[in-house]
Amino acid sequence: MNKIWAIFRKDLLIELRTKDSFNAMLFFGIVVLVIFNFAMESLRSSIHSAVPGVLWVAFAFSGTLGLNRMFAAEKENGCLQGLLMIPADRGVIYLGKTLAATVFMLIVEFIVFVFSLVFFNLTVWAEIPYLALIFFIGTLGFTAVGTLLSAIAVNTRMREVLLPLILFPVILPVLVNAVEATNIVLNTADYHALKLPLTVMTVFTIVFGTISYLLFEHVLED
Amino acid sequence: MIQIRGLSKYFGRFSALRNLDLAVRQGEFIALFGRNGAGKSTLLRLLAGLSRPSSGTIQYSRLAGSPKRLNPRSDIGYLSHLTSLYLDLTAMENLRFYAQLMDIQLDEEDLVQRIGRVGLAGREREPVRNYSRGMQQRLAIARAFLHDPEMLLLDEPFTGLDQSGSDLLKRVLADAHARGKTCIMAIHDAQVGYELADRLVILERGAAAFDTPKSSLSLAEFREQYMKNATDLTDA
Repeated sequence: MNKIWAIFRKDLLIELRTKDSFNAMLFFGIVVLVIFNFAMESLRSSIHSAVPGVLWVAFAFSGTLGLNRMFAAEKENGCLQGLLMIPADRGVIYLGKTLAATVFMLIVEFIVFVFSLVFFNLTVWAEIPYLALIFFIGTLGFTAVGTLLSAIAVNTRMREVLLPLILFPVILPVLVNAVEATNIVLNTADYHALKLPLTVMTVFTIVFGTISYLLFEHVLED
Repeated sequence: MIQIRGLSKYFGRFSALRNLDLAVRQGEFIALFGRNGAGKSTLLRLLAGLSRPSSGTIQYSRLAGSPKRLNPRSDIGYLSHLTSLYLDLTAMENLRFYAQLMDIQLDEEDLVQRIGRVGLAGREREPVRNYSRGMQQRLAIARAFLHDPEMLLLDEPFTGLDQSGSDLLKRVLADAHARGKTCIMAIHDAQVGYELADRLVILERGAAAFDTPKSSLSLAEFREQYMKNATDLTDA
C-alpha cells in the first residue's frame, strides 16, 4: 500500500509543479463545452438532453490526453526502468498510476462540470450525490483500462494516435452506460433506472481492472 | 551465483544475444566489452529482469553465507546512461521516492549524507532539471546504491561524468567490489574496465568471443586483443 501511495504522491507532486497534463486536459474539456454550446445554439429547448453526451465526450477526450502523458513522462530519462526494478509485484505500479489518473481526471471533471452548469444553464443540487457516484465509477472504469493501454502504447512510435484507437472500442460499455446514467439523473430523475447502468459500469470496472492488473507486468517487459 | 545457459534474445529478426553461456561467481567484477550492438546492454537488461529472454535460462543461486537466493528485484542495483531520475523532483525527493519503493527507512539526515557523498552537498533541494548531465549521473549513482545491492549491473556508467565524477564512481565501485559485491559493467574504455574488473569478457554479435581473468594478461595485451576483435569483425 505504501508503494502505491508513493507512486501516486510522486505523480501528484510532479503534476502540481509542471501542470503539464492538467492544463491540457482542462483546456481541452472546456473547449469541447464551448464548441457544443455554440453548435447547439439553435436547439436551446432540447439542449439538456444532449448535456450527458457532451459531458462524457469532454471527460473521455481530456482523460485520453492525461493517459497519453502518464507513461510518456516515465520513459523520459529511463524512469520506467527504475520503477520496474522495485522489489514488489509490478501491479503496484499499475495501481499507483490508476489512482493518480483517476484523481487527475476527477478534478478536471469537476471543473468542466461547473463550467457546463454555466454554459448549459443547469441547476443541480439534489442530483449531485448521484452524479458524483456516476462520475466516480465511470472514471475508474476509464482509467482502469486506460492505464494498461497507455503502458502498451508508450512503447510504440505512434502512441498519441494509438491510445485512443485501442482505448475507445474497449471502453465503450462504460461510456455508453455513463451517458445513460447521467441522462437519467439530469433529465428524468427516475433514480430506480440507475441500477442497470451503474451495475454494468461497476462490473466492467472490476473485471477489466482485475485483468489489467494481472496483465500489467507482461506489457512492460520487452 | 548466476548461471546463464543458451541465452538468446531476438528483436524481430535481429539477434541481440545468441546462445550465450556465462557463469558469474559471487564477488566477481566482470567488464563487458564489445562494439555497439554486440549485446552488452541486452544482457544487462535480461539479468536485471527488465527484459525477457527469447530462449535460454538465467539461474540465480543462493548467496554465500545466506539461505536466500539472489532476487533480481531486491538484490540488484542498475546504473546506466539513463539516470531513472525525475527531472521535476529534487534530489531529496527522488531518493526518498526510490527508498519508499525499496522499503528502506531513510530520514532527512541520511538522504543529505548520501547526496553529499556523491559530491552534491548543498544542491539537495534543487530540482534535478537544474543539474548538469554529470550531476544527474552522480545522483543516479546514489540511487543505484540506495539499497546496498548484492549485485551491480552497470551499463556505460561513466557517461557524462567529469574527471572528479569518474574518480568518485571508480572509488565507489572499487569499494563495493572490496566488500564482496558482484559487478558486471558494460564499458568501451579498455583502460577503465581493465583497472576495475577482475574478469574481461568481449561480446561479439551476441556471443562471448573472449573471456579471461585479468591476471592472465596485461593491459597492453588486452588492448591488442580488443582491437583485434573489433578489426576481425569489421573485416567479416
